[in-house]
Amino acid sequence: MSKLFNLIKGYWGTLSRPAVHLSLGFLSIGGFVAGVIFWGGFNTALEFTNTEKFCISCHEMRDNVYQELRTTVHFTNQSGVRATCPDCHVPHDWTDKIARKMQASKEVWGTIFGTINTRDKFLEKRLELAKHEWSRLKSNDSLECRNCHSSESMDFSLQSPRAAEAHKTFLVTGQKTCIDCHKGIAHELPNMAGVEGWN
Amino acid sequence: MKPQKVFTLLAAAMLVAGALTSPLTAPNAQDVGPSIATLRGAAPLDRTNSAPRIPQTEETDRRRARNYPEQPPTIPHKIDGYQLDKNGNQCLSCHARTRVAESGAPMISVTHFMDRDGQALAAVSPRRYFCNQCHVVQARTPDAVPNTFVDIDSLLAVEHKPGAN
Repeated sequence: MSKLFNLIKGYWGTLSRPAVHLSLGFLSIGGFVAGVIFWGGFNTALEFTNTEKFCISCHEMRDNVYQELRTTVHFTNQSGVRATCPDCHVPHDWTDKIARKMQASKEVWGTIFGTINTRDKFLEKRLELAKHEWSRLKSNDSLECRNCHSSESMDFSLQSPRAAEAHKTFLVTGQKTCIDCHKGIAHELPNMAGVEGWN
Repeated sequence: MKPQKVFTLLAAAMLVAGALTSPLTAPNAQDVGPSIATLRGAAPLDRTNSAPRIPQTEETDRRRARNYPEQPPTIPHKIDGYQLDKNGNQCLSCHARTRVAESGAPMISVTHFMDRDGQALAAVSPRRYFCNQCHVVQARTPDAVPNTFVDIDSLLAVEHKPGAN
């Protein structure tokens, strides 16, 4: 224990003393440049993993969930505005995004060891995977939906009477959040037996 | 007359009659008018027709009257993207018995809980599970063929009119 303490003390001594050979200018400007490079590189890499191209570079995503997305209104629609994978599946705020990215390291594990590398394995795990997303969206009040769909900006008079009624009754009052009714809006649903609202 | 001759005459007569009345007789090229054009219309064989625009589906929450008592009620709203397979039935997420109180949608008929022997089941009968086998959405499109259907009430009203035949 005291050995470890001495080691830390030694490093602290090195860190707390002024540099002997390097100039202040080199250290401050060099530190700044290195910071830009490292931070920029980190952020670029992070943003690269936040693209649809990256998501569907694995066949698990490309052959299953991406194919399903292609048939929905979130892929093609009148206005040509579309959602890509990270728009709905990765939080946009930096802290939440980093937290989600750390969670996603488990998905890297899954890819390497082929947790869902066949269609059958995927279908078997589908309910569990879907439940993860439902509970995530439920607990953050469907934040990723609301990045684009704001209830304040919804014009109920332009919605169909059926939709307007449902949104007035359940969404505005906060009784329900988007995912409660709109499960499977962009993908096919797993076996829904026993899922709330579907029995 | 010999029976053989009678047969020959008969056969000849049938052939002539057939040629005059048979719908299978190919018409001359000039006779092909727009009235008997196929679904392809007048498009030449080496071209493909442009598809007609997809009509807008009606989107309301109003129930429509049935044209006859056993007509499956039509769906007055869009069902685009509704999942209806062995994994889930999105129609039932509003129209199921347990869901109508919250959704305000009409409950599926009690006949849908019966099997083909009339035995009531606890849940929707499998043979009634696929809603859009019978229930369909509606769109305002011109009639593809003329339709002279008259519902029974209108028919009875006409018959009861004095002087009507």
